[in-house]
Amino acid sequence: MSAATPNSSQQVAEGLRSVGYLPSESTALVAFLATKLGKPVLVEGPAGVGKTELAKALARYLDRELIRLQCYEGLDEAKALYEWNYRKQLLRIQAEASDTGWEAVQQDIFGEEFLLARPLMSAIASEQPVVLLIDEIDKTDQEFEAMLLEVLSDFQISIPELGRVSSTTHPVVLLTSNNSRELTEALKRRCLYLWLDYPALEHELEIVKLHAPDLPETIARRLVEVVGMVRELDLKKPPSIAESIDWARALLLLGARDIDTATFNQTMSVIVKHRTDMDIVAERVGLRLGAGANEPDRDGDGPAQPAAAAPGAQTSPR
Amino acid sequence: MATSPGDPDGPGPTGIAASLLALGEQLREEGIAVGTSELLDAFAVLREIPWTSQGDFKEALAATLAKSQEDRRVFELVFDRFFFRAVEMASVREGLESEGATAGALEELSETELDALRMQIAAAIRDGAEGAMRDFARLAIATFGQQEKGSGVIGVDVQRIRRALGLRAEPQPELPPEDPRRDGLPRETLRRFEVMLRRELERAQVQRAGQLPPARPLGELDRALPSGPLADLAAVHRVVAQLRRRLATQGKQARGHRRHAHVDVRRTMRASLQTGGVPVELRYRPRRPRRPEIYVLCDVSTSVTSASVFFLSVLHALHDSFRKMRSFVFIERISEVTDVFERERDFKAVSERISSDAGVADISGYTDYGRVWSELIELIGDDLHPRATLIVLGDARTNGRDPRAELFAQIAVRAGRTFWLNPEPRLYWNYGDSVIAAYEQWCTAFECWTTAQLEDFVKALTRPDLAPAR
Repeated sequence: MSAATPNSSQQVAEGLRSVGYLPSESTALVAFLATKLGKPVLVEGPAGVGKTELAKALARYLDRELIRLQCYEGLDEAKALYEWNYRKQLLRIQAEASDTGWEAVQQDIFGEEFLLARPLMSAIASEQPVVLLIDEIDKTDQEFEAMLLEVLSDFQISIPELGRVSSTTHPVVLLTSNNSRELTEALKRRCLYLWLDYPALEHELEIVKLHAPDLPETIARRLVEVVGMVRELDLKKPPSIAESIDWARALLLLGARDIDTATFNQTMSVIVKHRTDMDIVAERVGLRLGAGANEPDRDGDGPAQPAAAAPGAQTSPR
Repeated sequence: MATSPGDPDGPGPTGIAASLLALGEQLREEGIAVGTSELLDAFAVLREIPWTSQGDFKEALAATLAKSQEDRRVFELVFDRFFFRAVEMASVREGLESEGATAGALEELSETELDALRMQIAAAIRDGAEGAMRDFARLAIATFGQQEKGSGVIGVDVQRIRRALGLRAEPQPELPPEDPRRDGLPRETLRRFEVMLRRELERAQVQRAGQLPPARPLGELDRALPSGPLADLAAVHRVVAQLRRRLATQGKQARGHRRHAHVDVRRTMRASLQTGGVPVELRYRPRRPRRPEIYVLCDVSTSVTSASVFFLSVLHALHDSFRKMRSFVFIERISEVTDVFERERDFKAVSERISSDAGVADISGYTDYGRVWSELIELIGDDLHPRATLIVLGDARTNGRDPRAELFAQIAVRAGRTFWLNPEPRLYWNYGDSVIAAYEQWCTAFECWTTAQLEDFVKALTRPDLAPAR
């Protein structure tokens, strides 16, 4: 489906496009450098800008298997690297006749057969080159990060009983972070850095059109503008790209012809997911939408309009 | 390969390698950790991309040299400054003159022609056409910039030209409908246009003087994120949300795990059933983080209002991390506002409530620390205990009144830990009527006027190993 290694960032950009991911220029460039130099990429940015999606698209484009390690607080080597399958080992010992020497058994039970490979291990031991995604690295403890260093710089894992497992092929490694804690310098030094932000208006419009091709151009543009306005507000959770796509699809299903106050209030819940956020958005964005066209009676089934508009009216919505 | 450190102007080896090392040196001077391995990466990266395209060149360098968003911002500034200076230096050396700034004929334009020019510039900004904007920036300087020969201060000239062009981000409904300025111009492109103006003015200055001005290190203001810590509430709230998660995920190392781990017998037994009753895996009882008891005292006099109300709201956002929290505000007298924060979630409503209902500015409206301490002892003196933490936020400006440090000492001795947050830069401490030195001997004082400093403080506050000292 695609060339094994791309030769320019334009190629990467086109390739990612062909599998349904519209990269920005810097994204394509960094992805290209990652495949070329074999360095891991640290991708940071707010939630929902397509960090994980980038890894998936890259795997599709390079035609490689995606191995994903989801990080969380308390993740340890046993869950990330490898683990001895001690149940099987116990069975093995019990099945063994009692007069077999300890040496023989020891040789036996610490073999590959009793090793449970976890994501990092399988990425390194894989015969085919893979894309390794280490998701939300900032959720783990610092000890785990230190353990990753060996894996990321030398692509090898030392197992005391078995020896060293080195990679035969070079995986493309992506680490994502929501910046919920500062990562260590040592880890950052080994990575290329990519900051993903919410896309610019035109770029997001393209993304929406790619995923909801039937939506009329004017509505799509309006939708992206509105989402941009909503992101400017002080919200608990600003809408992500995935949510603007969902909204586009919802509008398509409803057969909306324009985004006015009524439609907005009805479908707002697709992009805004907090009770308090809904009030703010209805007040700041919903009303502004209606102002341009007609002044419709407020639909009764829309989310509650804030009763006290007075205190908010004094402050500018910036 | 030796370069004169961080100075593209001086004589030294030339060529891309030397420039890159000099750039790295300048980044280090601005506090970015650029290691040798990063520079090697940068060279490796440049082998892979064509460096004739400026965008790719910059992005590739950024990906290897700047490893966080703040670093990226500093990188942009340093990168622009570095290459701007390098180019100017070269042109001064070569004695090149660009003809853009000497278009004297343009000055005799009639008012209608000027209007047409204004409109064109606005249209270019609206469309965000990079090349056109750059050309117009030169044109604008030639027509509007030299009317009074400039003020000599570039920032002032930029604003003067912008006003002369009538460029504004806000809608200007009084203009005719075909004017692109009517609906307001996009803020971001407007800012870019201003940067171009600034760039062109600097260039003209360099040309006139025939030499480069001395390089200036980036100030604290350049470095701060676009919205200052207290200016943009949305940004502040984002910081708070992040802070909260950081505290929550601070990790076990901060809680000193494994030092005194207790085996959880019940869970170990249950886990052992999987392995035929042999307890292969020990289960430990989780350590609960220490949740301090906090008393906050905030100055809300006009000099520090925004800082203190912001600070209070931060603490209340972090409410879950504390076992118990009571907040007080004061100007001349003291008043408890714990319940205001419990009921109101909105930041604006809180600040309104505090300024209207708290009734803290009685007679003169000036801070009276002595009185505040005596009232505080009355209010919570009996509740304070060695596990309690007292935080005072204020500028310690007594307006010439008696600081009564001995009362403060009494309070500080009763409480386990006492912190003082001063929203003024350390430079101004103990100048004028600031008496922070008198209090500082009884507490730990922090300066706190950027979000980063606030974060440092919150970390110190939640660190459990800071056991009661007294």
